[in-house]
Amino acid sequence: MDFQLDQAHEMARSLFRDFAETEVKPLAIEVDEEERFPRETVDKMAKNGFMGIPIPKEYGGQGCDVLTYVMAVEELAKVCGTTSVVLSAHSSLCMDPILTFGTEEQKQKYLPELASGRKLGAFGLTEPGAGTDAQGVQTKAVLSEDGTYWTLNGSKCFITNGKEADVYIIIAYTDIVEDARGRKSKKFTAFIVDKDTPGFTFGTKENKMGIRGSSTYELIFQDAKIPAENQLGQRGKGFPIAMHTLDGGRIGIAAQALGLAEGAFQRTLDYVKERKQFGRALAKFQNTQFQLANLATEIEAAQLLVYKAACAKQEARSDVKKRFSVEAAKAKLFAAETAMDVTTKCVQLMGGYGYIREYEVERMMRDAKITEIYEGTSEVQRMVISGSLLK
Amino acid sequence: MKVVVCVKQVPDTKGGVKFKPDGTLDRAAMLAIMNPDDKSALEAALKLKDEFGAEVTVLTMGLPKAEAVLREAFAMGADKGILVTDRVLGGADTWATSQTIAGALRNLEYDLILTGRQAIDGDTAQVGPQISQHLGIPLISYCEDMQVDPEAKTVTVKRQYDDGYHIVRAKLPALVTCLSELNTPRYMTPGGIFDAFQKEVTVWGRNDLKDVLDENIGKVGSPTLIAKASDKVAKGKGVQVKPESPEEAADYILNVLDEKHVI
Repeated sequence: MDFQLDQAHEMARSLFRDFAETEVKPLAIEVDEEERFPRETVDKMAKNGFMGIPIPKEYGGQGCDVLTYVMAVEELAKVCGTTSVVLSAHSSLCMDPILTFGTEEQKQKYLPELASGRKLGAFGLTEPGAGTDAQGVQTKAVLSEDGTYWTLNGSKCFITNGKEADVYIIIAYTDIVEDARGRKSKKFTAFIVDKDTPGFTFGTKENKMGIRGSSTYELIFQDAKIPAENQLGQRGKGFPIAMHTLDGGRIGIAAQALGLAEGAFQRTLDYVKERKQFGRALAKFQNTQFQLANLATEIEAAQLLVYKAACAKQEARSDVKKRFSVEAAKAKLFAAETAMDVTTKCVQLMGGYGYIREYEVERMMRDAKITEIYEGTSEVQRMVISGSLLK
Repeated sequence: MKVVVCVKQVPDTKGGVKFKPDGTLDRAAMLAIMNPDDKSALEAALKLKDEFGAEVTVLTMGLPKAEAVLREAFAMGADKGILVTDRVLGGADTWATSQTIAGALRNLEYDLILTGRQAIDGDTAQVGPQISQHLGIPLISYCEDMQVDPEAKTVTVKRQYDDGYHIVRAKLPALVTCLSELNTPRYMTPGGIFDAFQKEVTVWGRNDLKDVLDENIGKVGSPTLIAKASDKVAKGKGVQVKPESPEEAADYILNVLDEKHVI
C-alpha cells in the first residue's frame, strides 16, 4: 500500500490548482451572485483538455486515469463549486456511460465532440415524481413500428448542465413486465439525445441555494423522435446503466465535496492566524486548535476514501466484473458529510466574517449541502452500504 | 525549422525567499519552478511549432532534479529535452554557465535559440547574450513581439527599450531573449503530463560539451563570486500629504525632488 502520489499525478494536481487559482477563482463570487453559467471557463477547460480527462486518446480524450479526473474536480471545487459540478456531470454522467455502454459507432460519433469540450454533456433520470424511487419514472419511449426511431414523452427535473448541454443521456421506460406473481414493473432503456431533437424543450430554470451558476433545468419531451441507433445499451437495461453511471458520478460528487471542505478549511486556516481577539490570534486559542485538528483529520479521511473509490473505478474499467458501488457510496457519504461539517464549522470559526459573502466560506457551505442530496442522498448511500453488508 | 529553448529551474519566490546561514539561497527549502521569462520563450517556440511545425528542443543546466522543468516543457508540447548536469559544472557564474550551455548547443542543429531575458534568482540577464557571443550568432534581447519568416530565414523582433521600442531584424540562426510580456504561456494538458513521463530526457555531462575549456566551467571557471545575498529590504512607509491645490502639490513634489538632487 502506497499513499504517495507519483510525480505525474503531482504535476497534474499542480496544473489543476494553477488553473483553478488563475482562471476559476476570480469568477467564483460573480458566478454565484449572478447565477451565471461560467461558459468562458468551460471554453478554457476545453482548450486545455480538461473536458476529456478520463477518456481514451483514441476517442479524443486525454487518456488519463480516474484519479487524475477526480483531482481535477477536487481542485476546481476548492475555489468554485459550480465549475466543479459542470465538469463532473459532463464527465461522469454523460461521457462515461457512452464509453462504457456505447457501440463503437456511438463512441466515434459522440466522444470526440464531448472529450474536446466542443459539446457539453448532461444526464436525466430524476423526474418530479421519481428520484430515489426509479419505478416512479413516467417518461416513456415507444419504438416505431418499423423500428427506426423511438418517440419520447415526459419530463426530467433538476438536470445539471440543463440548457447549456448539447448531449443528454436520458432514462425512459420502454416496457412493462409481469413477474410470476403477476406484479408489474417498468423496464427502462437509456438513450443518447441531441439538443436539437424536435420535441425536446426546456422548462423552468431552478433558483438554488448553492452551486448557483450551474444551469439546473427541467427537460421536456413531447413526441421527441430519437433515432433507433441512439439507444444506449440493451433495451430494458437502462436501470443498471443508470446505476452504474451514478456509481461513477458519486465519485465525482465526493471529489467536489472534498474540494469544498478543503477550500473552506484553507481560508479559515489563513484567517485564524490573522484575526486577533483579546490580544492574540484566534489560532492561539485551544478551541480553535482542536477544531482545526478535527477538521483536518476529517478531510484527510475523506480524501483517502475518495481516492480509494477512484482507484476502484479505475480497476473496474479493465475488469467489468469488478464493481465499485460500495466504495463510491462510502466516499460520497463521508465526503459530503465532511463538506457540510467542515464548511459549517469554518463559518463559525470565522464568526461574522464567515457570514459575509466576500469571504467565500458561506458560499462553500451553501454549495456543500447539495453534495448530501444529488446523485443519491446520504440516506441512499447508507442503503447501498448496508445492503452490501446484509446481503 | 529547429528551435532550441534554454530554460532554468528557479526557486518559486511566491512562497517567500529562504536563505542558508552563509547568505546563499536555500534552494532545497523552496519550491522550484520554470523561470517565468523562459516559459514565455518556450511558449514562443511552441507557437512556431503550431504555425510552421518547428521542432522544439528544451535545454537546461542544473542539478538532476532540474529534469522537472523538462517534463513540464514536454507536457506543454516540447519535442526533445536535454539536461546538462555534472558535479564539475556546479557553482558556475554567468560566464561559466554560458560557456557550458554554448558547449551543449554546439552539438545541436538550430535555426533559432530562445532564452528568457533573465532568471528571477540571479536577475543578471547575461547568460542569453553571452551564449550568442560564444556561438558567434546575432543576438536580439528584450523581445516583446516576434515574427519568424522561414522562407527568408529571418527573425523580426520588437525589442523593448526604456522609452520605446526598436524593430530589429536578424538573419537566422540567431538568439533572442524573451520577456514575459511576449505572451501568456499555455497550460500543460493532463494527457501531456503523463506522456511527458514516458519521454526520454537526454542527459549530458562535462564530456558531452563541445569546444569548452576546463578553465571556463564550474566554480573554477567563474570570475565572479557572491560576496553576500540578502532578501529585499522592505520599503518604509511613504509620506502622505494633503495639499490644498494642484499647484501646492506640484510645488511639494518639486521641492522633494530638488532636496534629493533628482532634479
